[in-house]
Amino acid sequence: MKPFTTLEAPALALIEDRIDTDVLFPARFLLIMEKDGLGRYLCYDRRFDAQDQPVDNPVDPALAAGAGIVLAGREFGCGSSREQAVWALAGAGITCVVAESFGEIFAANCLRNGVLAIRLGREAIGQLADAAAQGALSVDLPTQRVGRGDISIAFDIDAPAKERLLNGWDEIDTIMARATTDIDGFEAAQRRAQPWLY
Amino acid sequence: MAGRTLYDKLWDAHVVADMGDGSTLLYVDRHLLQEVSTHQSFLALRDRDRPARRPDVNLAVPDHAVPSDGRSEALTGLAAAQVARLAENAHDFGLPHIALDDPRQGIVHVIGPEQGFTLPGITLACGDSHTSTHGAFGALAFGIGASDCATVLATQCIVQTRAKTMEVRIEGELPAWVGAKDLALYLIGRFGAGFGTGYAVEYRGEAVSAMSMAARMTLCNMTIEAGARIGLVAPDATTFAWVEGRPYAPQGDAFAAAVDYWRTLPSDADAVYDATLTVDVSNLAPQVTWGTNPQDAAAIGGCVPDPEAAPTEAAKAQQRRALDYMGLTACAALTDIAIDRVFIGSCTNGRIEDLREAAKVAAGRRVAPNVRALVVPGSTPVKHQAEAEGLDRIFRDAGFEWREAGCSMCVAMNEDRLTPGERCAATSNRNFEGRQGRGGRTHLMSPAMAAAAAVTGHLVDVRDLV
Ligand code: SF4
Repeated sequence: MKPFTTLEAPALALIEDRIDTDVLFPARFLLIMEKDGLGRYLCYDRRFDAQDQPVDNPVDPALAAGAGIVLAGREFGCGSSREQAVWALAGAGITCVVAESFGEIFAANCLRNGVLAIRLGREAIGQLADAAAQGALSVDLPTQRVGRGDISIAFDIDAPAKERLLNGWDEIDTIMARATTDIDGFEAAQRRAQPWLY
Repeated sequence: MAGRTLYDKLWDAHVVADMGDGSTLLYVDRHLLQEVSTHQSFLALRDRDRPARRPDVNLAVPDHAVPSDGRSEALTGLAAAQVARLAENAHDFGLPHIALDDPRQGIVHVIGPEQGFTLPGITLACGDSHTSTHGAFGALAFGIGASDCATVLATQCIVQTRAKTMEVRIEGELPAWVGAKDLALYLIGRFGAGFGTGYAVEYRGEAVSAMSMAARMTLCNMTIEAGARIGLVAPDATTFAWVEGRPYAPQGDAFAAAVDYWRTLPSDADAVYDATLTVDVSNLAPQVTWGTNPQDAAAIGGCVPDPEAAPTEAAKAQQRRALDYMGLTACAALTDIAIDRVFIGSCTNGRIEDLREAAKVAAGRRVAPNVRALVVPGSTPVKHQAEAEGLDRIFRDAGFEWREAGCSMCVAMNEDRLTPGERCAATSNRNFEGRQGRGGRTHLMSPAMAAAAAVTGHLVDVRDLV
């Protein structure tokens, strides 16, 4: 996983509540087995009509301008657990999402893919959207600030999430390096206590 | 020290290690896999030559992309490739696999409990958000993404942070023809689709104790639509009776020993929850949704809301957008909404109890002209059971199509999907934009309500029919 430290990029403002993962990545594209190149399906049904012709939408101009950040409302990424929603964002160049709240599985998936999910209040997100209309936003994970020019907004992030993003850890390697003996021990004890699970 | 909740006990029993950064390594006892969400997980293992740590505690089954109108011979294209890939991955990694033509096949959240793979007291993960379903057994069950599936396969563990606990007390007795689906929609409608975010939700109270396992599964299934990854019901005699004798369940003395342990799991009398909600369901009416999120729910006697009456500008905009997508006008009576399609099935309401309820309404009636209605059993065993009871005949005689088991029109990854503008009464769990097919319009409801809509051609209170 690529580490995340800082980012300077234009933002795509999708200030709506409950943009679910079916909107981010429509289910029919789940039949595709590749992980790379999914960016073109991001928010597909908002960008193309039923004949696959482009329609007027906020996503394409922002992506063309090199957007690296999405600004949204409440419960961004709720719904289906499909990690393709995050792969599509990352594939389209988005490595930071700012919203009032997130679907929990989506937030976990972001973390597994080096995408920084920032929670802020509606007012702060509104300020960022205004600032983003002027140009690129900057995100600084070490100091936990996001903004542009005079506007600099502090954000909270869980210590474990921060450390993982900064280090770009491979989860499986990390677990194996730190806890293989613990896992062996757990299994031995559980096998004694609940033999029916083995 | 205050007592512990069910969630606390399940969590404590599965802590492997403190990861040193505030997160916890949790042991995963059982892992379910389906064809759509796991191919990348296996690739991650193959890339690094990693084996599955405990192949035998996995169970793989195709369900999402499979056709409902015939089996292997009807499988083509990308769906065929995904189903074949799952079989190949299961074979290469030594995982138990239920093939498409196996009599045990079905939706992962239906077959887990059916096979006794889902047990009280365990942790269970699956690359699917509706894994919350299995919490109905008093298991710590939650959906994960493809990366986490790889982690579970390789290490049998997952990195988690502890959730807060919420108690949802359901008081009173559910009226006739009002069930777990109505309750779930009511809760999400009343408290909002985010009420459970950050919490493990435990359902308690007399109405929950009185519920069948099928109803508890429906309730826990819908918990993800409330924002919570985990929905729980404490295991009790109903649970144990359901589990006993199932193929993967412990048998004989082992079952007795397991029950002794499972009895220790319910929350202690002095346990403290981080939040409590209480509702009384004695007067609950059947619920339907009108918008594009499950929280857009209302009692069937009500009306489509007026966006201009919404409290905030954001809410107004959201409702306008939803009504526009749904092709509805403000203040229209819900019972005036005519439908084109009906879908009875899914991991929410595709169990035998659900089909029995729908069949009671369908019996002796006819699907309305211009309506196409599908019944898709949640699993092949459910299909066989329904056929043994003659439910398939009832449905067919009434003009419903009787199909093979799978997710089908819940997620529209096979041929069963709405066309733009089509309106569907569905027993599934998501009415998101495009969920049942691009431009399709979904109204969520119970199986009885969906059957009633099928025979009248519009949304209707099932109690006016029966
Ligand atoms: S029935 Fe629907 S919600 Fe359930 S597992 Fe299948 S696609 Fe997901």
